[in-house]
Amino acid sequence: MEQFWQISLDLLRGFGVTCQIFAATLVFALPLGLVLAFGSMSRFKPLKYVVKVFVWIIRGTPLMLQILVIYYGPALLFGWGFLERVVAVIVAFVINYACYFSEIYRGGIESISKGQYEAGQVLGMTRTQIFFRVVLLQVIKRIVPPMSNEVITLVKDTSLARIIVVEEILKIAYDYTIKGLIWPLFYTAVYYLIFVGILTLLFGFIEKKLNYFKV
Amino acid sequence: MAFLEVQNFRKRFGDNEVLKGISFSLEKGEVLAIIGSSGGGKTTLLRCLNFLETPDEGTLSVGGRLLFDAAEKRTYTDAQIREKRLHFGLVFQQFNLFPQYTVYKNVALAQTLLAKRELREKKADLRAVCKAAPKEDRKRLKAEQKGIVADLRDGMQRRIADRTEGLLARVGLAEKRDAYPFELSGGQQQRVAIARALALEPDILCFDEPTSALDPELTGEVLKVIKGLKSSESTMIVVTHEMGFARSVADRVLFIADGVIEEEGTPEEVFDSPKSEKTRAFLQKSLEDVFA
Repeated sequence: MEQFWQISLDLLRGFGVTCQIFAATLVFALPLGLVLAFGSMSRFKPLKYVVKVFVWIIRGTPLMLQILVIYYGPALLFGWGFLERVVAVIVAFVINYACYFSEIYRGGIESISKGQYEAGQVLGMTRTQIFFRVVLLQVIKRIVPPMSNEVITLVKDTSLARIIVVEEILKIAYDYTIKGLIWPLFYTAVYYLIFVGILTLLFGFIEKKLNYFKV
Repeated sequence: MAFLEVQNFRKRFGDNEVLKGISFSLEKGEVLAIIGSSGGGKTTLLRCLNFLETPDEGTLSVGGRLLFDAAEKRTYTDAQIREKRLHFGLVFQQFNLFPQYTVYKNVALAQTLLAKRELREKKADLRAVCKAAPKEDRKRLKAEQKGIVADLRDGMQRRIADRTEGLLARVGLAEKRDAYPFELSGGQQQRVAIARALALEPDILCFDEPTSALDPELTGEVLKVIKGLKSSESTMIVVTHEMGFARSVADRVLFIADGVIEEEGTPEEVFDSPKSEKTRAFLQKSLEDVFA
């Protein structure tokens, strides 16, 4: 029994790292994704294509590979020092998730009818006013379901961090199996399930909050 | 010079020339109905008037003031175009209400935004006055200015509220002020859109087939509201397929076909004794549609 609590705490420590990666990724990738979305919709063609190629590369290669490149790349290519492991993981996650988010934003923004923009225009609104006062909330309402999918995937993707030996929950559990103790590995599912359960409730709440209007 | 003067509007989308030199004028307080078959350029003309499209050639003036000259279109800034646009209002075929706002907010939003900008500019002026004043007076000035700004804000808010309530009453939707667009019928939505377009007191209100997206039994209420707006002060341009309505409400009628004005005149002239063969054919066709 004592072993159970001890392992629970150990896993919880790992889950703290998981949450850290999760939170930092969201904080930076959500706004960065919006910037990339605007880039990919830019009327300035070179910018548009640069962003599109970048998104293609990031979405077209495994996140695990990107983590390795961010961690080892600078040292191998330029002889620079290594980033702190968890920082490297977060950088890779932010870039990767910003690209996925940007496509979700783009889809959301482009799904808003031209008439909404024109209605704002003929009422003398500026572009910024139209975006923030008219379009944004409609976009948010539309992207909540795909966003919740992506965010839930992010929770589980954090387990990729162990490729560069970041002590997240799955890495810790896996280390127990090496010592011959298998159940902690399966026990980690409880942590994930609880966390994802909370997120699911949260997204359900947001969806309900936005149900007061229809687009 | 007439109140609205449109000279030689031309607009081309790729290889397709949609407007091939449209010129007309309109006096203050007149209602102009524009009729013609789909794809003839009616909607494009309205969109050009509202600066949603830029004509390739032509000029536009309102109240004797030149608003648009295609020769100079590259020199117009966004802010200038926004300001020019306010001479016109536009009611869309698809209403385009803002779904996340109540009826009241839909009508009040643009006024609020303009008032906010005005207030910001006023504040900047006051700050400049404060800066120019001698140091010992500044504190007193600041306190006084706070009062001025508060009064100004209250006045604006009251004016906007009065105006919005008044407009909603005018389109018969005062009791729907807190409803959201999706809770309204198409006809009600279009009436809100009309109130919204009137909120900034445009010189000329344009309607782009305002009843085409409505079920037949709902067109009546919208047409009635538009009719009710007719007065010596309001100048309107209505693109419509409702011939009976055009006839009863319009002072003048334009028939546009293939990007040119095929016929123009009073409703009696255009509907009863059309001079052009195309007009006759079009009117014949729309009569057949009604009785088909």
